[in-house]
Amino acid sequence: MPSHYLLRRLAQVLPTMAGLLVLNFCIIHLAPGDPVIALGGEHGDAAYYAFLRARFGLDRPLPEQLLTYVANVLRGDLGTSFVHGRSVASVIAERLPATLLLVSTALVLSSVAGVGLGTLAARYRRRPADIALNTAALLGYATPSFWLGQIALIALAVGSGLFPVQGMTDARNPQTGLAHLMDVLHHLALPAIVLAVNELALTTRLVRTGLLEAFGADYVRAARAKGLSESHVIRHALRNVMLPIITVIGSRAGMFLSGAVLVEVVFAWPGLGRLLLSSLLSRDYPVLLGMFLIISIGVILANLITDLAYARLDPRIRYQ
Amino acid sequence: MLALGPRVSESRKRLFRLLHNGAGRIGVVLTSGLLAVALLAGWIAPADPFVSVGPPLRSPTLAHPMGTDDLGRDVLSGVVYGTRTSLLLAVVVSLLTGAIGIIVGSLAAWQGRRTDDALMRVTEFVQAVPRFFLAVIVIALFGPGLDRLILLLGLTSWPWIARVVRAEVLSLKQREFVEAARSLGAGHLRILFRQVLPNALPPVVVVVSLSAASVILIEAGLSFLGLGDPDVVSLGYLANNAQRFLRVAWWMAAFPGAAIALAVLGLNLLGDGLNDVLSPRGGH
Repeated sequence: MPSHYLLRRLAQVLPTMAGLLVLNFCIIHLAPGDPVIALGGEHGDAAYYAFLRARFGLDRPLPEQLLTYVANVLRGDLGTSFVHGRSVASVIAERLPATLLLVSTALVLSSVAGVGLGTLAARYRRRPADIALNTAALLGYATPSFWLGQIALIALAVGSGLFPVQGMTDARNPQTGLAHLMDVLHHLALPAIVLAVNELALTTRLVRTGLLEAFGADYVRAARAKGLSESHVIRHALRNVMLPIITVIGSRAGMFLSGAVLVEVVFAWPGLGRLLLSSLLSRDYPVLLGMFLIISIGVILANLITDLAYARLDPRIRYQ
Repeated sequence: MLALGPRVSESRKRLFRLLHNGAGRIGVVLTSGLLAVALLAGWIAPADPFVSVGPPLRSPTLAHPMGTDDLGRDVLSGVVYGTRTSLLLAVVVSLLTGAIGIIVGSLAAWQGRRTDDALMRVTEFVQAVPRFFLAVIVIALFGPGLDRLILLLGLTSWPWIARVVRAEVLSLKQREFVEAARSLGAGHLRILFRQVLPNALPPVVVVVSLSAASVILIEAGLSFLGLGDPDVVSLGYLANNAQRFLRVAWWMAAFPGAAIALAVLGLNLLGDGLNDVLSPRGGH
C-alpha cells in the first residue's frame, strides 16, 4: 500500500475527530440549564458541582473551557459517573467486551453466510432458490432488529425454552471452564443471529448483484472459455466482487452499532446497550456523552480500517 | 411551455413502467397504502390510542383485532396512529434532507474547486457522525420532542443525497444541452434550475426514498429506548411497552414491529423500483 495514501487518509481522520470533540462540547454547553448538569449528571450535590466547575474551569471564557475539555479527553479522562462512583472510561471499558463479542460474532456470521447465500442465489438465478433467497433478503433488510429480537424471544425462548431469555450467563447456575463457555455461547446465539440478519440480508443482495454483473464481464467469460469449473469461476469472480462490498459493510458501522444497542436491550445482554438504557433512566449524562464519543471514534476507525483494507486489496488504488 | 408536453407524457410513461416493475409495484402499493392509513388515521382507528377501551392484555378478538395492551388500550389504534407518526416524520425529514442535499450538492459541483473541497469536507464529517447516537444524546439532554427529532435527523441525513446530486450535476454540466443553453446566453442560476437540476432529480428521488426508510428505523429505535415524543403514539413506543409483556402478550410486540417492517420494506422496494425505471441502465 502506498504510504502517501495512508498519510492522506490519516490527515482526513484528525479533523473529523477534532470536529467530534467540538460537537460534543457544543452539545454540553447548548443543553438547557447549567453545563455542570451535563458534565456531572443529575444526582450530584452542591459540593460535587462546585468541584466540577473548578475542574472544567466553567467560570473561564469558552475557548479556554474547550481547551480544558479537549485536554481531558486526550488524557483519556471522559469525566466521572456520579451514579457508578468511578470514571466514565472504566464504566464503559467494563461493558465493552460483551458488546464486542456480540458485534464481532454477528459480523462474522453475516459476512460468511451472506457470501454463501449470495453465491447460491447468483448461481441459481431466477430459479426458486434465488427467488426465495431474494425475498427473504428484502424482508430481512427491512426488519427492525429489536422487533426480530422480540419475535425470536417469544417464539424460541419464552415458550419453548430452547434458548435462554436474558443475559450472558445463567445466574442461578454459575459454571466454570468449558461449561461456562458453552453457557455464554448458548446465551449469545439468539442475539447474535438476530443482530446479523440485517447485514446478512444486505450482504446476500450485494454479493448476488455483484456476481451477476461479473458473470457478464470479459474476465469471467475468459475463465469459462478456458474450461474452468463453475466453482473456480465463482471463486475468481468473488475476489473482485468482494471489494466494494467491504466498503459498504464498513460504512454501516454506525447503523450496526445502533442495532447492537437495541438488540442488547431486548436480550438484556450486559454490554453498552444496557449501559445506555440504564444511563438514560438515571440521567447519567457523563456516561452518555462518553459513550457517544467512544462510539463515534469507533465508527470513524471502522471506516478508516475499511478504506485501508480496500487500498491494500485493490492494486488500482493510488491516491495522489 | 413547449417543453412541458413531452415531459409530462415522459413522467406518465415512467409511472406506468414503475407499476409494471415487480419491486416497484409492491413498493407503490405498500407505501401508498400506509400513506392512506396515515392520512385517514382518524377514520380508520377504532379508538383513541391513549384511552383505555377494554380489559387489559386481551388477545386479538373481533372487537380488538390486534388485542389490547396492559392498560386496556386498543393496539390497532396505536398501530394506525403510530404509522401516521412514522410517515409524517419520514416525509418532513425527507423534504428537509432533500432541500439541504440539493443545495449542498449543486453548490459543490457548480461553484468550483474550493467550494467543492470545503463542502465535501463538511459532508464527510456529517456522514461520519453516528446519527442514532447523536440523537440519543441530544434527546437525553434537551428532552424529547418530534420537532427537534425532525430537525436533528434533517440536519444529519443529507450527505448521501448531496453526494448523489453533486455527481449528477458534475456529469450534466459537461453535456451538450447545457453548453447550448450557455451559448444562448442563459445565466448560471437559470441553467442550474431549468436545465441541470430537473435532469439530476431521478437518482435523487431514489436516494430520498431509501433514506426515508432509514429515518423510520432510527425513530423506531429511539422510541424503543423510551426517547420518543410522549405526546404522540409511535410504533417504537408500542414496541418498548411490549417488551415488559413478551411472556404474556405477543400481540403487543408483533403488530407494531410488523408495521415498521412494512413501511421500511415499502420504501426500499419503491426505491429499487424507481432505480430500475429511472436509471438509463434500467429496464432489464
